[in-house]
Amino acid sequence: MGVSIMHDLILEIVNRLLLPFIQLFGMYILIHGHLSPGGGFSGGAVIGASLILYSLTFRFAKVKHRMDHDTSVFFEAAGALIYVAVGFVGLLFGFNFLTNRGVFPLGVPGQLWSGGMILVITLALGAKVSGTILSLFQELLEGGSDEHGTP
Amino acid sequence: MKKVLPVLVLAAIGILLILTVAEMPAFGDSNAPAHRGVMEKYLRDSAIDTGAINTIAAIILDYRAYDTLGEATVLFVAVLAVTATLYGGEHHA
Repeated sequence: MGVSIMHDLILEIVNRLLLPFIQLFGMYILIHGHLSPGGGFSGGAVIGASLILYSLTFRFAKVKHRMDHDTSVFFEAAGALIYVAVGFVGLLFGFNFLTNRGVFPLGVPGQLWSGGMILVITLALGAKVSGTILSLFQELLEGGSDEHGTP
Repeated sequence: MKKVLPVLVLAAIGILLILTVAEMPAFGDSNAPAHRGVMEKYLRDSAIDTGAINTIAAIILDYRAYDTLGEATVLFVAVLAVTATLYGGEHHA
Protein backbone atom coordinates (compact mmCIF):
# COMPACT_ATOMS: atom_id res chain seq x y z
CA MET A 1 0.00 0.00 0.00
CA GLY A 2 1.13 3.49 -0.61
CA VAL A 3 3.65 2.41 -3.22
CA SER A 4 3.30 4.14 -6.54
CA ILE A 5 2.51 1.79 -9.40
CA MET A 6 5.61 1.38 -11.50
CA HIS A 7 5.67 0.27 -15.09
CA ASP A 8 8.88 -0.32 -16.96
CA LEU A 9 8.18 -1.84 -20.33
CA ILE A 10 11.77 -2.82 -21.09
CA LEU A 11 12.23 -4.47 -17.72
CA GLU A 12 9.00 -6.41 -18.03
CA ILE A 13 9.62 -7.64 -21.58
CA VAL A 14 13.20 -8.69 -20.84
CA ASN A 15 12.10 -10.45 -17.68
CA ARG A 16 9.36 -12.30 -19.49
CA LEU A 17 12.00 -13.56 -21.92
CA LEU A 18 14.62 -14.41 -19.32
CA LEU A 19 12.64 -15.89 -16.45
CA PRO A 20 11.70 -19.22 -18.07
CA PHE A 21 15.32 -19.93 -18.93
CA ILE A 22 16.56 -18.98 -15.47
CA GLN A 23 14.01 -21.23 -13.83
CA LEU A 24 14.68 -24.06 -16.28
CA PHE A 25 18.38 -23.81 -15.50
CA GLY A 26 17.62 -23.89 -11.79
CA MET A 27 15.51 -27.01 -12.21
CA TYR A 28 18.27 -28.58 -14.31
CA ILE A 29 20.77 -27.93 -11.51
CA LEU A 30 18.32 -29.46 -9.04
CA ILE A 31 17.39 -32.59 -10.97
CA HIS A 32 20.98 -33.30 -12.01
CA GLY A 33 22.34 -32.68 -8.52
CA HIS A 34 23.60 -36.24 -8.14
CA LEU A 35 25.14 -36.33 -11.62
CA SER A 36 26.88 -33.01 -12.14
CA PRO A 37 28.07 -30.07 -10.02
CA GLY A 38 25.15 -28.44 -8.31
CA GLY A 39 22.51 -29.73 -5.96
CA GLY A 40 19.84 -28.52 -3.63
CA PHE A 41 21.44 -25.37 -2.32
CA SER A 42 22.69 -23.93 -5.61
CA GLY A 43 19.63 -24.91 -7.63
CA GLY A 44 17.33 -23.54 -4.97
CA ALA A 45 19.32 -20.32 -4.90
CA VAL A 46 18.93 -19.90 -8.67
CA ILE A 47 15.17 -20.50 -8.52
CA GLY A 48 14.80 -18.23 -5.49
CA ALA A 49 16.75 -15.47 -7.24
CA SER A 50 14.51 -15.77 -10.29
CA LEU A 51 11.44 -15.44 -8.08
CA ILE A 52 12.94 -12.36 -6.44
CA LEU A 53 13.58 -10.92 -9.88
CA TYR A 54 9.99 -11.62 -10.79
CA SER A 55 8.57 -9.91 -7.75
CA LEU A 56 10.94 -6.96 -8.11
CA THR A 57 9.74 -6.42 -11.64
CA PHE A 58 6.05 -7.19 -11.43
CA ARG A 59 5.32 -6.61 -7.77
CA PHE A 60 4.26 -3.04 -8.11
CA ALA A 61 2.46 -3.54 -11.38
CA LYS A 62 -1.14 -4.54 -11.56
CA VAL A 63 -0.14 -8.14 -12.08
CA LYS A 64 -0.90 -10.07 -8.92
CA HIS A 65 2.32 -11.71 -7.88
CA ARG A 66 1.98 -15.42 -8.22
CA MET A 67 3.91 -16.57 -5.21
CA ASP A 68 2.80 -14.79 -2.08
CA HIS A 69 4.33 -15.05 1.35
CA ASP A 70 2.21 -17.96 2.53
CA THR A 71 3.22 -20.03 -0.48
CA SER A 72 6.93 -19.43 -0.02
CA VAL A 73 6.73 -20.27 3.69
CA PHE A 74 4.77 -23.40 2.74
CA PHE A 75 7.50 -24.52 0.34
CA GLU A 76 10.11 -23.75 2.96
CA ALA A 77 8.43 -25.85 5.62
CA ALA A 78 7.47 -28.64 3.22
CA GLY A 79 11.09 -29.05 2.17
CA ALA A 80 12.20 -29.50 5.76
CA LEU A 81 9.34 -31.93 6.41
CA ILE A 82 10.18 -34.07 3.37
CA TYR A 83 13.83 -34.19 4.43
CA VAL A 84 12.94 -35.46 7.91
CA ALA A 85 10.33 -37.87 6.48
CA VAL A 86 12.95 -39.37 4.15
CA GLY A 87 15.14 -39.83 7.20
CA PHE A 88 12.41 -41.70 9.05
CA VAL A 89 11.86 -44.07 6.12
CA GLY A 90 15.25 -45.54 7.00
CA LEU A 91 14.12 -46.14 10.57
CA LEU A 92 10.95 -47.79 9.28
CA PHE A 93 12.96 -50.40 7.40
CA GLY A 94 15.17 -51.11 10.41
CA PHE A 95 18.23 -49.08 9.42
CA ASN A 96 19.71 -45.89 10.80
CA PHE A 97 18.20 -42.44 10.39
CA LEU A 98 18.80 -41.21 6.80
CA THR A 99 19.97 -44.55 5.40
CA ASN A 100 20.18 -44.73 1.63
CA ARG A 101 21.64 -48.09 0.63
CA GLY A 102 19.22 -50.93 1.31
CA VAL A 103 16.18 -48.70 1.72
CA PHE A 104 15.89 -46.77 -1.53
CA PRO A 105 16.52 -48.23 -4.99
CA LEU A 106 19.92 -46.95 -6.04
CA GLY A 107 19.56 -47.50 -9.78
CA VAL A 108 22.41 -47.52 -12.24
CA PRO A 109 25.04 -44.89 -11.37
CA GLY A 110 25.17 -42.20 -14.01
CA GLN A 111 21.54 -42.39 -15.07
CA LEU A 112 18.97 -39.79 -14.10
CA TRP A 113 16.95 -42.11 -11.85
CA SER A 114 19.74 -43.13 -9.56
CA GLY A 115 21.04 -42.18 -6.18
CA GLY A 116 18.01 -43.27 -4.17
CA MET A 117 17.21 -40.71 -1.52
CA ILE A 118 19.80 -38.24 -2.81
CA LEU A 119 17.46 -37.15 -5.61
CA VAL A 120 14.51 -36.78 -3.22
CA ILE A 121 16.54 -34.81 -0.72
CA THR A 122 17.95 -32.59 -3.47
CA LEU A 123 14.45 -31.67 -4.64
CA ALA A 124 13.30 -31.06 -1.05
CA LEU A 125 16.35 -28.89 -0.38
CA GLY A 126 15.70 -26.95 -3.57
CA ALA A 127 12.13 -26.18 -2.53
CA LYS A 128 13.37 -25.28 0.92
CA VAL A 129 16.21 -22.98 -0.14
CA SER A 130 14.15 -21.15 -2.76
CA GLY A 131 11.33 -20.75 -0.25
CA THR A 132 13.77 -19.47 2.35
CA ILE A 133 15.30 -16.89 0.02
CA LEU A 134 11.95 -15.66 -1.26
CA SER A 135 10.23 -15.53 2.12
CA LEU A 136 13.14 -13.66 3.72
CA PHE A 137 13.05 -11.21 0.82
CA GLN A 138 9.31 -10.70 1.14
CA GLU A 139 9.42 -10.31 4.91
CA LEU A 140 12.26 -7.81 4.85
CA LEU A 141 10.59 -5.93 2.00
CA GLU A 142 7.26 -5.67 3.72
CA GLY A 143 8.87 -4.97 7.05
CA GLY A 144 6.15 -6.22 9.33
CA SER A 145 3.03 -4.91 7.71
CA ASP A 146 -0.19 -5.68 9.50
CA GLU A 147 -1.55 -8.01 6.87
CA HIS A 148 0.36 -11.23 6.84
CA GLY A 149 2.47 -11.07 3.73
CA THR A 150 0.12 -9.11 1.55
CA PRO A 151 1.04 -5.46 1.26
CA MET B 1 16.99 -11.96 36.04
CA LYS B 2 15.59 -13.17 32.76
CA LYS B 3 18.96 -12.77 31.09
CA VAL B 4 20.82 -15.11 33.43
CA LEU B 5 19.60 -18.32 31.78
CA PRO B 6 20.55 -17.41 28.18
CA VAL B 7 23.99 -16.27 29.33
CA LEU B 8 24.49 -19.54 31.20
CA VAL B 9 23.37 -21.62 28.21
CA LEU B 10 25.61 -19.64 25.86
CA ALA B 11 28.55 -20.01 28.23
CA ALA B 12 28.00 -23.76 28.44
CA ILE B 13 27.85 -24.06 24.65
CA GLY B 14 30.95 -21.89 24.33
CA ILE B 15 32.92 -24.02 26.79
CA LEU B 16 31.87 -27.16 24.92
CA LEU B 17 32.96 -25.66 21.61
CA ILE B 18 36.30 -24.49 23.01
CA LEU B 19 36.96 -27.93 24.47
CA THR B 20 36.10 -29.51 21.13
CA VAL B 21 38.42 -27.21 19.22
CA ALA B 22 41.21 -27.94 21.69
CA GLU B 23 40.83 -31.65 20.94
CA MET B 24 41.10 -31.21 17.19
CA PRO B 25 44.22 -32.50 15.40
CA ALA B 26 46.80 -29.95 14.35
CA PHE B 27 46.47 -28.32 10.96
CA GLY B 28 48.08 -30.47 8.30
CA ASP B 29 48.58 -33.40 10.64
CA SER B 30 49.01 -36.46 8.43
CA ASN B 31 47.64 -38.74 11.16
CA ALA B 32 44.38 -36.83 11.43
CA PRO B 33 41.29 -38.99 10.89
CA ALA B 34 40.41 -37.03 7.77
CA HIS B 35 43.67 -38.14 6.13
CA ARG B 36 43.56 -41.81 6.99
CA GLY B 37 41.70 -43.42 4.15
CA VAL B 38 38.42 -41.53 4.26
CA MET B 39 39.12 -39.76 1.00
CA GLU B 40 40.13 -43.00 -0.71
CA LYS B 41 36.98 -44.69 0.54
CA TYR B 42 34.75 -41.90 -0.72
CA LEU B 43 36.38 -41.82 -4.13
CA ARG B 44 36.40 -45.61 -4.47
CA ASP B 45 33.04 -46.59 -3.02
CA SER B 46 30.71 -43.61 -3.34
CA ALA B 47 29.14 -44.70 -6.64
CA ILE B 48 28.48 -48.20 -5.27
CA ASP B 49 27.32 -47.04 -1.84
CA THR B 50 24.99 -44.28 -2.99
CA GLY B 51 24.34 -44.69 -6.70
CA ALA B 52 25.36 -41.07 -7.36
CA ILE B 53 28.33 -40.32 -9.59
CA ASN B 54 28.70 -36.83 -8.13
CA THR B 55 30.91 -37.58 -5.15
CA ILE B 56 30.14 -34.27 -3.46
CA ALA B 57 26.41 -34.98 -3.56
CA ALA B 58 27.13 -38.48 -2.28
CA ILE B 59 29.07 -37.06 0.67
CA ILE B 60 26.78 -34.22 1.71
CA LEU B 61 23.48 -36.02 1.08
CA ASP B 62 24.33 -39.59 2.04
CA TYR B 63 27.44 -39.99 4.20
CA ARG B 64 26.89 -36.61 5.87
CA ALA B 65 23.13 -36.30 5.41
CA TYR B 66 22.60 -35.63 9.08
CA ASP B 67 24.93 -32.64 8.87
CA THR B 68 23.01 -31.29 5.87
CA LEU B 69 19.79 -31.67 7.85
CA GLY B 70 21.39 -29.34 10.39
CA GLU B 71 22.16 -26.83 7.66
CA ALA B 72 18.56 -26.97 6.50
CA THR B 73 17.49 -26.40 10.09
CA VAL B 74 19.66 -23.27 10.20
CA LEU B 75 17.74 -21.87 7.23
CA PHE B 76 14.45 -22.84 8.83
CA VAL B 77 15.34 -21.11 12.10
CA ALA B 78 16.45 -18.02 10.17
CA VAL B 79 13.06 -17.70 8.51
CA LEU B 80 11.36 -18.43 11.81
CA ALA B 81 13.35 -15.71 13.60
CA VAL B 82 12.67 -13.08 10.94
CA THR B 83 8.97 -13.95 10.91
CA ALA B 84 8.75 -13.82 14.68
CA THR B 85 10.61 -10.51 14.78
CA LEU B 86 8.60 -8.78 12.08
CA TYR B 87 5.17 -10.28 12.51
CA GLY B 88 5.31 -11.50 16.07
CA GLY B 89 2.37 -11.20 18.40
CA GLU B 90 -0.31 -8.61 18.88
CA HIS B 91 1.83 -5.96 20.47
CA HIS B 92 4.17 -5.11 17.63
CA ALA B 93 4.11 -1.39 16.98
